[in-house]
Amino acid sequence: MSDPSLPDGVERREIAGETRLATRGPPVYGEPTADGWRAWDPERSKLGGMLELGFDTGLTGGETVLYLGAASGTTVSHVADFAGPTYAVEFAPRPARDLLDAAEPRDRLFPLLKDARKPETYAHVVEADVDAIVQDVATRGQAAVAARNARFLDDDGRLLLAVKARSEDATAAPTDVFEAALDELGETYEILETRRLDRYHEDHLGVVATPR
Amino acid sequence: MTDTDADAGWFAGRAADEAAGGDAAEAAHDRISDGEAEEPRDWPALAVGSGFAESTDDYYDRLHGATVAATRATVRERERADDRQLIHAVRAMDDCERTANELAERAAEWAGSLFDDAEPGIEGARAVADREPESELERRAVSLAERVVGLADERDALAASIDRIAPVVAPNLAEMAGPELAARLIALAGGLESLAKKPSGTVQVLGAEDALFAHLSGRAPSPKHGIIYTHDYVRNTRPEDRGSAARALAGKLTLAARVDHYAGERRETLHAELRERMATIRARAEPDAAADDAADAGGDA
Repeated sequence: MSDPSLPDGVERREIAGETRLATRGPPVYGEPTADGWRAWDPERSKLGGMLELGFDTGLTGGETVLYLGAASGTTVSHVADFAGPTYAVEFAPRPARDLLDAAEPRDRLFPLLKDARKPETYAHVVEADVDAIVQDVATRGQAAVAARNARFLDDDGRLLLAVKARSEDATAAPTDVFEAALDELGETYEILETRRLDRYHEDHLGVVATPR
Repeated sequence: MTDTDADAGWFAGRAADEAAGGDAAEAAHDRISDGEAEEPRDWPALAVGSGFAESTDDYYDRLHGATVAATRATVRERERADDRQLIHAVRAMDDCERTANELAERAAEWAGSLFDDAEPGIEGARAVADREPESELERRAVSLAERVVGLADERDALAASIDRIAPVVAPNLAEMAGPELAARLIALAGGLESLAKKPSGTVQVLGAEDALFAHLSGRAPSPKHGIIYTHDYVRNTRPEDRGSAARALAGKLTLAARVDHYAGERRETLHAELRERMATIRARAEPDAAADDAADAGGDA
């Protein structure tokens, strides 16, 4: 049942007649559940899509995570289910309200209403040397956000990034946007793996990287 | 390293607050919301070392309680404030624009008497502001042009802020109307809540109060649209269908404002329904156009 490419705490389970990625925890967004496991929909979650596509994320379960762009908490709730202490940064108040509902019953999920472009506004709360940064922010300058937050990441840590082409430039060809983002990212990180997430998320590039 | 404010964790100074009898929970909230540090540190270990927490587990328990409480309070604050802020921003933007244009006229008139190639308007003021003045009067005229440029830039900055804030305050309304029109509707109604409570017929003529009262006192036909005239769906629909377009748009804008105020989530069906309705209204123009084409073709033959 367990799959070597998946972190401990993430399994493929039979839920509502289908084999699906799942984590154990209280339901958050009306997802189907079975025996305390909640289905993790790869179409609603970039990280879920990356796991489903077999990315080598380096996640093993139990690690400390900084999650940038937590939105309503859909993905970060799954992360907190299998990881250790999880810091969730979200900028917009409205989705943060739902994020709070996901965080309330998860005692190692720490919600923060902060701008991921300004790490100094949460460096007094988020600890140093986290094992992984998961980034899914829909703003311009996604590579710059990753670079600025590199200060939180352990030297052996992993950056798991979903680049949204349309957030950078809605008119340019996605491939050009990805190339530019990877160039910029390469100044701070060593890129380990990249693949399009189109099967689940149109015009998104999944990236695994580690600090230089 | 010393625990100065610049590199202290969110929990620093907590013991002092408790000793002073202050509200420790509120102090922690303020520090999580407003505190800063240049670099992260091993906060769990430092917190245990300083006696704030008994163990790492204890630290994380406290961190969870503190972040949830602080974030909840900030979210509530921001959500409450935002539609008021939007109203201030849109009114300030209009004031800046009006004042900049007014002052630009004066600046252009003056500059025209001092320099040969002074152009009118904001762009003219920009050119004048870049000049090197050579006398006291030139210095004053150039300085006046600089104020115009400053006001015009402030207007643009306010517009950019509105573009960012409006989708947070009212995602559906901002998507349907565009950020600026959404802000204007909220400002005219006096807030998102009051906009959400207005009937769609009122939303349709918001901003056309003069025409509406002229109509009510029997002096004029009823206005077809108010500020929503600036929306492409109204302005770029042919005049005989504009009333229908304004009615359809106002109906959906009203629903969008209600969803934004009472639910706060994006609702795609609303947008799809409006697109469909507008396609139907605009299609009315097509058979006529086809008939005209046919008539033209007949005439040419």
